[in-house]
Amino acid sequence: MTLAAEAARTAAHGFLSPTGVEVAFLLVGLATLGAALLTVTTRQLVHAALWLVVALGGLAVEYLLLTAEFIAWVQVLIYVGSVVVLLLFGLMLTKAPVGRSPDADSGNRPVALAVALAAAAALVWVVVDAFRTTWIDLDGPAQGSTDVMGQILFQHWVLPFEALSVLLLAALVGAIVLSRKKKEDES
Amino acid sequence: MTTTTLAVLVPLLPFLGSAAGLLLGRTAPGFVRPLAVLPTLAAAVLAAVVAARQGGGKAIDAATQLTPTGSVPIDLSLHIDGFAALVAVLVGVIATCVQIYSTGYLRDDPRYPSYAALVSLFTSAMLVVVYSGDLMVLLVGWEIMGICSYFLVGHYWETPEARSASLKAFLVTKLGDVPFLIGLFALGADAGTFRITGVLGAVASGGIDHPTLVALLLLAGVAGKSAQFPLHTWLPDAMAGPTPVSALIHAATMVAAGIYFVARLLPVFAASAAAMTVLAVMAAITMVGSGLAALAQDDIKRVLAYSTIGQLGYMAGALAVGDRGAAVFHLLSHAAFKALLFLAAGAVIHAAGTNSLTAMSRMSGLAKRIPDAYWTMTVALLALAAVPPFAGFFSKEAVLVAAEHTALGERDVAPAGAGWIVLVAGLLTALLTAAYALRLWLRTFRGRGPEAPDHGRQPIAMTSVLWVLAIPSLGFGLTVTHLDDWFDGHPLTPTLTTAVLGTGLAAAGAVITYAVWRTLAARTPVTAPVPHVAHPDAEAGQVEAEALHLPHPAEDPADPGRALLGPLHGAAADGFHLDAVYRTAFVRPVLAAASLVRFLDREVVDTYVSAAGNSAKGLGWLVRRAQTGNVQTYLSALLAGSVVLAIVAVALANAVAGA
Amino acid sequence: MHLAYPAVLAALLFAVGLYGVLARRNAILVLMSVELMLNAVNLNLVAFDVWLRDTLHAGQALTLFTIAIAAAEIGIGLSIVLMVHRNRGTSDIDRLRDTKEQPAAGEQPSAEEKAEAAA
Repeated sequence: MTLAAEAARTAAHGFLSPTGVEVAFLLVGLATLGAALLTVTTRQLVHAALWLVVALGGLAVEYLLLTAEFIAWVQVLIYVGSVVVLLLFGLMLTKAPVGRSPDADSGNRPVALAVALAAAAALVWVVVDAFRTTWIDLDGPAQGSTDVMGQILFQHWVLPFEALSVLLLAALVGAIVLSRKKKEDES
Repeated sequence: MTTTTLAVLVPLLPFLGSAAGLLLGRTAPGFVRPLAVLPTLAAAVLAAVVAARQGGGKAIDAATQLTPTGSVPIDLSLHIDGFAALVAVLVGVIATCVQIYSTGYLRDDPRYPSYAALVSLFTSAMLVVVYSGDLMVLLVGWEIMGICSYFLVGHYWETPEARSASLKAFLVTKLGDVPFLIGLFALGADAGTFRITGVLGAVASGGIDHPTLVALLLLAGVAGKSAQFPLHTWLPDAMAGPTPVSALIHAATMVAAGIYFVARLLPVFAASAAAMTVLAVMAAITMVGSGLAALAQDDIKRVLAYSTIGQLGYMAGALAVGDRGAAVFHLLSHAAFKALLFLAAGAVIHAAGTNSLTAMSRMSGLAKRIPDAYWTMTVALLALAAVPPFAGFFSKEAVLVAAEHTALGERDVAPAGAGWIVLVAGLLTALLTAAYALRLWLRTFRGRGPEAPDHGRQPIAMTSVLWVLAIPSLGFGLTVTHLDDWFDGHPLTPTLTTAVLGTGLAAAGAVITYAVWRTLAARTPVTAPVPHVAHPDAEAGQVEAEALHLPHPAEDPADPGRALLGPLHGAAADGFHLDAVYRTAFVRPVLAAASLVRFLDREVVDTYVSAAGNSAKGLGWLVRRAQTGNVQTYLSALLAGSVVLAIVAVALANAVAGA
Repeated sequence: MHLAYPAVLAALLFAVGLYGVLARRNAILVLMSVELMLNAVNLNLVAFDVWLRDTLHAGQALTLFTIAIAAAEIGIGLSIVLMVHRNRGTSDIDRLRDTKEQPAAGEQPSAEEKAEAAA
């Protein structure tokens, strides 16, 4: 890509003249990030799960904005519908305290903060540096519609799909075996 | 069979007998005695056949090369001249006698199988030395003899004397063997071959660059093996071994090897006047010193040991004046009467129950108890004192004649000074030899006091051997006129001057000793007998082993040696304190060096070792502190590392891309 | 749309999840943080798939698989947490220190360990 062509594309999109989709993406992204931050910082365990719902829902909206409809609905169904419910059940079963618990964070917090900040800085720097002049073309038919995904999934990805079903079965069996109470041991 | 095949069989048979004896010793005790005696006997017969076929004529040479050995080839070769043929017969005969004698002497010894096998191996090694035409193969036999002597001298290893004596024999001979080995290498490198014929050819054509150095290095090994001053100290201590072993070492094998080696390579030594002079001085000191020491010893076997050293001094003296015929002649006759002396001494110790001359002088009638040993020992002592017409007279005269001729300039192989040294020392030693031989005889068989205990007759295996050996002791000298042809051709017959001088001095020594003994015996009262061994009726070997423990009685005023030596007696009894000199010169520095090494090892080297260990331990302590068990800590460290690596990688990529 | 928006959002979400994994004490909260990290990856996959207009839509297919695997993971993870809780009475991961270096016999436990035991 020559410099002239790059300059032309920059001019076509306009660096500081965001489109409507970009503005929507940015706002939802900020909300998502805020919810994620609250998830990892709140001292109320149940609230953390609820903030996680917000973050995951925000991500589903981002998928929609990226024209990946099917992924967005799967995200909502599986993450918000089942994973978070599972987590809530887990919290209840482990007798997590309702209300503020002062020891929700471990003593590792400063180290964690430093590592996370360093990782964020490095990743953002690299990503921005790499994709400064790259735009996604969202015109044309939706790329992630259910129709497209169904065709692709059952034409090209059918074998991994079937393998994944076996994996899920194994996970199911494993979870049952692990969480079952051992009667003879308890006697 | 060809003569070569027969000659190969001569050393091979005792070796096979030894191997078979070691293998079958435990499982088939019935075969041990035949396996000990028969191969040695067969080797003696074959050696006699080889000697008859060789007949003192041209030397038989045969060689085969098993494998290439680099720049200087090593061959399996035979070089059989008159010397080798006759010495091999001697070795075979003496070894056979010793083996037969041992069957009676060590009748009930539980270690007899290994003993007999080692004696066979010893014999085989000596025969290799005798027949070998290659110096490296000779060295193999030479070293096997060293290790065999170690085992055999230490036969009674339960006693501390035998242990230290065997170690001493091994170490002292090795002390000589190191320069010997270097000398052999120097000789082989100079001559370009290890073949004796090749070496002698190189000497004849003047191809040896450093004859003095080579000769002196070789002399060190010879002095160790043949017990010449100053490396003779192992031989008297080696008396801690069984008597047949002493006979074998002193007569046929170990000590003869050194003399024989010089005789074989005499031109190498003769090429250096300095080496000949050194050899003459060495021989003279050895002769006179050992004569004085023999006069002061109380242990009958130690007297004989010092007499061996003295007679070896005669042989070395003959070599120093360049007459190897006389040296080997004396070697042969000495072997006969010295083997006889030791074997008879074994019978005497058995009968008397002690090895102390003082103790024997306090019992009477020992001669009646063991008439065979008495008569044969008398013959052997006469031969030792060089009384005509016994064997020792002729061979000793041959040595003295050679020395006289060299001294007067009639022979020019060696410097005249060497001749004078050997002649004077030889005559002096003749006097001393007669004195201590007579002292030994008087104190053993002419004791006064209670009757000697009666243990019955000695086994036939022991007494018959004594008489067999008495024949050459008595008559070997008469072959002197025929022996010239076997050796270099020099006449070995005595001349009037030396015969009169030598015999006169011997007679003088004998007369003085006898007079002193008579005087002292008349003056001193008969004292109480000394303690005997615990089991006087046991087999001879056990009696001797027990006799080693007996304390020697306090100084006997009736000892003629004491009166004759006067103030010298104390020093002579202790071997002129040479052991103390060795202790100061070698043992103490070695011990000091050992403690220094121990200090360095413990304090210096170990510091590094323990520092390495401690630093690893400290690191381990640090790492262990990090093992808190907290997964989050581990994960933090892992991810922090990943982030750092990622940043470094990106930064490097940017730097490279930017560059 | 500028590609940097989804990419930066994914990076930040990932870092937030990372912080949660390292800083949270309750195992279930740690699992939530893991979900955040997985979702950051998913966002990346979708964004790049859309940008590249992949004919096989590998990015979106892989996202689906990741979601399924995350569901399996959360099931197994929760059952493990439940079992640990049942056996130990706690689901605080900094209390589960069985792999810790045991002090040698006779050695005095350090002050830190004493304080921990007291707490």
